[in-house]
Amino acid sequence: MDKKIIYMDHSATTPVDSQVLDEMLPYFTKNYGNPSSIYSIGRESKKAIEDARERVAKAVFAQPREIFFTGSGTEADNWAVKGVAYSNKNKGNHIITTTIEHHAVMHACQYLESDGFEVTYLPVDENGLVSPEQVLEAIKPNTILISIMFANNEIGTIQPIGEIGKIARDKGIYFHTDAVQAIGNIPINVSELNVDLLSISAHKFYGPKGIGALYIRKGVKITSFIHGGAQERGRRASTENVAGIVGLGKAIEIATLNIDDYNKKLIELRDRTIFEIMKKIPFVRLNGHQHKRLPGNVNFSFEFIEGESLLLMLDMKGIAASSGSACTSGSLDPSHVLLSIGLPHEIAHGSLRLSFGKDNTHEDIDQLMKELPVIVERLREMSPLYEKVKRGN
Amino acid sequence: MYSEKVMDHFSNPRNVGEIVNPDGVGEIGNAKCGDIMKMYLKIENNIIVDAKFKTFGCGAAIATSSMSTELIIGKTVDEALSITNKSVAEALDGLPPAKMHCSNLAEEAIRSAIEDYKRKNGLLEDGDGCIACGRRCDDIHHHEDED
Repeated sequence: MDKKIIYMDHSATTPVDSQVLDEMLPYFTKNYGNPSSIYSIGRESKKAIEDARERVAKAVFAQPREIFFTGSGTEADNWAVKGVAYSNKNKGNHIITTTIEHHAVMHACQYLESDGFEVTYLPVDENGLVSPEQVLEAIKPNTILISIMFANNEIGTIQPIGEIGKIARDKGIYFHTDAVQAIGNIPINVSELNVDLLSISAHKFYGPKGIGALYIRKGVKITSFIHGGAQERGRRASTENVAGIVGLGKAIEIATLNIDDYNKKLIELRDRTIFEIMKKIPFVRLNGHQHKRLPGNVNFSFEFIEGESLLLMLDMKGIAASSGSACTSGSLDPSHVLLSIGLPHEIAHGSLRLSFGKDNTHEDIDQLMKELPVIVERLREMSPLYEKVKRGN
Repeated sequence: MYSEKVMDHFSNPRNVGEIVNPDGVGEIGNAKCGDIMKMYLKIENNIIVDAKFKTFGCGAAIATSSMSTELIIGKTVDEALSITNKSVAEALDGLPPAKMHCSNLAEEAIRSAIEDYKRKNGLLEDGDGCIACGRRCDDIHHHEDED
């Protein structure tokens, strides 16, 4: 098929930027040296890693010594949550998180519960927001970690990270935030926000897959999990993914440099799409906060239809998107995030997430708005639930 | 992940709609689980002369609905009752393991519609009492690896 794909799933992953790829390529072939080796091509690899570390540090206003490369955002989340928990269990065993975290944090917390830790999962309001007051109330003498995501991957809601960070700092509790969706979309200053640990994943901002980073503020007590060589100052063994690290460095530099223009464009596309869907399609619900949301995130529930069918029909029209329905999550239940904001199961099954990126245009939205209302109507005409509504019973 | 046949029946579903004054109607599933199948039958001289469906559900649910109407039109009531979830799935060149649950829905919707027909016509026999009982999400077999 040579049909053009209209890609609207940038929260799932993004294409590697050509400038990023150009910087990476030499490290697969010409500059293949092991960064731990003493000869020149080894030293060149080492230097490339340290340059990338500086770029990442600069992007979040941290020190290069506070940036540690990992194999993914998921690894960064696991390391932050479990590493802090095990390293500080002599101080306490209580962790505070939310009901809408990415599975990387949520399942790490559930694992810790099976190993004697106590976890409070804070509920969110109908827009997906956690209140700082709730966080304060949940703190106990044995609380050792607060882990709350910066921005939600499904509904895009942006949490009051600065206020939560201040509470954590005042109480002397470590604060981790999964910023995988936020980096490149929201300016982040770890010092101003009082964040102690922050997870990053390159492929969400036009970098390669298979590389992430964890910011660990100097002085934070955290256990290591990958034991072996002395890479990453002895805290995360294994020969470095040099090309991936170089790609992460370049991608985060571009993302933070262009953040204002990028956001302006995405917000325009987002708000236009939200407005038009609400105007043109009846029986819809916008999921997530209207304004406190990721610049490129649109999430709607369409009543009486199921998300996977919607995705398949959009795909046939060349539009790539995602959903929180059970059929797409591979489990019996629809997305835990959609249930957490109070959606009934049947409404959660009919969700559609569109996440825009740098290559999307108004023409893409024109195309989407040409196809989407027709598809929704077609599926509704097939739905026994819609039949009942039309009859008024 | 879906066979070409599933995609064909999903994108061009056969026999979507309702039958006015049907001889039997069956509805299976619930919105909470994410799929509902409603089957309408027209039965003359014990032969299913027409079948229509409406389905709320995923691609596999719509495709199995469509295929099952094709399988039963022209069959006798007893022949239609012998159609199983497996035969619907096979007719579609297979379903992914996580979607076998949808083929159960098709089988049950057929049974439920026939039960309705029999009840209306005083044909229910002892033991026919529960050809297709309403089930909850958790009771439905969703994944092959659950057994």
